Amino acid sequence: MPGRVVPSDQYPQHRAGGTLIDFPQIIDRVLGLSRADACIVIGRQNTNANVRWANNTVTTNGATESVALSILSIVGRRIGSATRSYLPPEHLERIVRESEATCEGKPVAPDYMPLLAGEGTPHDWSAPPAATDIRVFDAFAPKLRGVFDRAGRADLQTFGFAEHGASTIWLATSSGLRRRHSDCIGKVDITAKTPDFSRSSWAGAATATFADIDPGALLDTLQQRLSWSERQIELPAGHYEVLLEPSCVSDLALGSYFFMTRRDADEGRSPYSNGTGGTRIGERLFGRVTMYSDPADSQIPVTPFHVGVASDGATSVFDNGLPAVRMDWTRDGVLRALFTPRFWAAKAGVPAVPYVNNLIVAGDGPTMNDMIRRTRRALLVTCFWYIRTVDPQTALQTGLTRDGVFLVENGEVKGSVNNFRWNMSPIAALAQATEIGRTGMALPREHDEFLRAKAPALRIERFNMSSPSQAS
Amino acid sequence: MTHSITDPAFLALPFESLAGAALARAKQLGATYADFRFDRLRGHTIVVRDRELQTSAPAESIGFSVRVIKNGSWGFAAGVDLTADAAAAVAARAVDVADTLAPLNVEPVILADEPVYTDTYVSRCDIDPFTVPEQDKINFLLALNDRQLASGKVDHVTSYVILAAEQKFFASLAGSRIMQQRVRVRGDLTAVRIDKSTGAFETMGPAVPPAGRGWEYFTTVSGFAAKAEEVPEMLDEKMASPSVKPGRYDLVIDPTNLWLTIHESIGHSTELDRVLGYEANYAGTSFATLDKLNRLQFGAPSMNVTGDRQVEYGLSTVGYDDEGVAAQTWDIIRDGKLVGYQLDRQMACKQRFGRSNGCAFADAPEHVPLQRMPNVSLKANPRDVALADLIGAVDDGIYIVGDKSWSIDMQRYNFQFTGQKFFRIKSGRIVGQVKDVAYQARTTDFWNAMDGVGGRSTYLLGGAFNCGKGQPGQIAPVSHGCPAALFRQINILNTAQEGH
Repeated sequence: MPGRVVPSDQYPQHRAGGTLIDFPQIIDRVLGLSRADACIVIGRQNTNANVRWANNTVTTNGATESVALSILSIVGRRIGSATRSYLPPEHLERIVRESEATCEGKPVAPDYMPLLAGEGTPHDWSAPPAATDIRVFDAFAPKLRGVFDRAGRADLQTFGFAEHGASTIWLATSSGLRRRHSDCIGKVDITAKTPDFSRSSWAGAATATFADIDPGALLDTLQQRLSWSERQIELPAGHYEVLLEPSCVSDLALGSYFFMTRRDADEGRSPYSNGTGGTRIGERLFGRVTMYSDPADSQIPVTPFHVGVASDGATSVFDNGLPAVRMDWTRDGVLRALFTPRFWAAKAGVPAVPYVNNLIVAGDGPTMNDMIRRTRRALLVTCFWYIRTVDPQTALQTGLTRDGVFLVENGEVKGSVNNFRWNMSPIAALAQATEIGRTGMALPREHDEFLRAKAPALRIERFNMSSPSQAS
Repeated sequence: MTHSITDPAFLALPFESLAGAALARAKQLGATYADFRFDRLRGHTIVVRDRELQTSAPAESIGFSVRVIKNGSWGFAAGVDLTADAAAAVAARAVDVADTLAPLNVEPVILADEPVYTDTYVSRCDIDPFTVPEQDKINFLLALNDRQLASGKVDHVTSYVILAAEQKFFASLAGSRIMQQRVRVRGDLTAVRIDKSTGAFETMGPAVPPAGRGWEYFTTVSGFAAKAEEVPEMLDEKMASPSVKPGRYDLVIDPTNLWLTIHESIGHSTELDRVLGYEANYAGTSFATLDKLNRLQFGAPSMNVTGDRQVEYGLSTVGYDDEGVAAQTWDIIRDGKLVGYQLDRQMACKQRFGRSNGCAFADAPEHVPLQRMPNVSLKANPRDVALADLIGAVDDGIYIVGDKSWSIDMQRYNFQFTGQKFFRIKSGRIVGQVKDVAYQARTTDFWNAMDGVGGRSTYLLGGAFNCGKGQPGQIAPVSHGCPAALFRQINILNTAQEGH
């Protein structure tokens, strides 16, 4: 039979000020209970508000919260872990012991490294966590209603999604390290279609607050593109010069970024392997493109240290707390660095390089309008979709254009073109950039969970549109 | 399979009381419909890279949600505090969401009727994977990798298992009280062979599908280890094989590959929420629009496809969906013609389908149920057509085994798939492997080119753990049963040439 409700005063699950669980207190208790040689504790709290709509009416929505506590116990060079969201005080010791018990009999961790030393407790360690709720849309919802009305009058259907999330992470270790990071990030993206779905356009924007989002301006952009679509042009498969919007560029950049694991390259199983047991660092693989991450970027700040509950080829749990700083992955097209956890850095005799959760493609060139004006013939592509790796050796990927491909001739948009399936390595595509626009916020469509990207528009010389797609 | 849940850790949780508090508050605040869902989700991912354990990370998540309709508008909220006060507060928040967003709603929500149930569903699982000692699971993978590396034909190998258990409690204002428990497992292995002289490398895996089963799937049912044993030799042969000449070929597609083509081109195109535009901003729409129902010749007359949430060991198999609708089986394509869709209660009512066929699913307590895919399966030929019969009917073609890369457009027309192994067929016989193969087609062209369907001896229940859809994004497990099948004159690309 189901148990009884736990009285609300028995444990601190809920507290005023957006705190779901008192993680600083729980973390101290876990570290006090730990009998392992070393211990890492990670607390996460997330709140989220979202609204989704289709055919100019709301469909789903939500105001949600979630929490997770991860305890990583290290005994000798073995590591065990437990992650839970339900944390009554009387369960804590059991969870700690469980994480310790899972070390027994396990193989040693190949990525074992001594934990990083602490530098004191951050001043905001016990501050209330970031929080959001449905009220974040109080100003946005009436504007969105205005978009529905305007779209309806223009005989258009809109489909879209607006989401705002707030998260706080606490990281503490038995070596005295304490790190905390809070942030808020959201986005809105809208697709507009004619009632028969034969013409379609998409636009979107990332935001930290929703105060800076004007859905009416997004509708302006959508209507302009749909007006370009009044003339529809059928084009065959082939290699085309393309003007890629920042959304496409960020998807290509991320497509090349996610291959950047040093160990894979050293082992010969990566597009960044040189074929003779080393990496291609130092080679000009990306034409003139500079690509970097910067946790301190003013528009897309991210957690400035590594935090993770599981190791993979690119990261290690033993690096929890490792500071992340600006890192140039490519500079003027030359590959400069690959993700390297400390254990692999020690093995390979190279510096450790943490993965960073934002990505910026540098550009201070012309605007897209200027690029269009000096185009003899090219396809202007709004966004990509369903990108998948076909061949990891060359990073060959396949994907599709979506919601807006336009033919540009002699400096003008002539009309919309059918969609295409493309086959292209993102590395090869970026290497063929002959013109780099001006960097701004970018919302990748394929990698839609990656909200911290900035990119310019790019002109790419020969893009392999492998076959037409009927999709509209 | 239906019997009682005996897990004391789940039964000790206060879901009944929380449901009572939440539903009462929702009703008090004017909700005309309310449901309460309580989820306990456990997962464990173990990854072994070469001869080393890379990660072993178990996790458990517990939470609940309240979904209401007030004045014709949805409201949804989710919480983690397992107290009656907090449950009532989450219900109030769901009502507040409905009130706040009501001005954006021009279409009052009405749900198709469904009987009230008090029931328990438990999927069949012989060995609970969460009771197997962690070291045994790690050793299983270490042994797999060791055999790969000991072959001398594999330079690197990564293997993994993902284990999942889902316990849910659903209660509605109408009176339903449903408890469910499901277990599923997935395992795979990727072997890498590097040509030291050129730096070229190839990868291959054993093409073992996931299943709604327990740990026994790996040890006694799936033949995972035996299939993995075949990989080094096949990978070595693939490395040395010729690159395919692009063009049109007859294809015999193994169920280890065809399940994914079914998933992408049939499963997604017959989701009614896509047809109606609910996914237009994300996953896309569908070419299989309502005007084509009972008219569109989707495929060859030998094509019969069902949707179900009932097949044993299916990843989408349940007793009831996340709106409290009892599991069903129905036709989607009959004799090649489109005859059915996947529904939830709102869409079933709106489009006058009568009753929902039970396709609502939410992957986490903080996510709202969406219309998600049931098990969508291609029926086997009632005659005993063997794989050799299908291959024997091909003069110049390719036999494709195992899934790898996949992509399809947002209206489900244009797709491209690769595979793990490609065997050249000449004059009805396999004559060796080729590589760099991708097949590209338009959905209805492809299925109308089906010229042979294998019998039960070729049938396999394939599937995926990670079907993505919705905003915020959700993943869903789903199975696809199918036999091997023969397709005439399908466009084959050479992926090496595509990359240049």
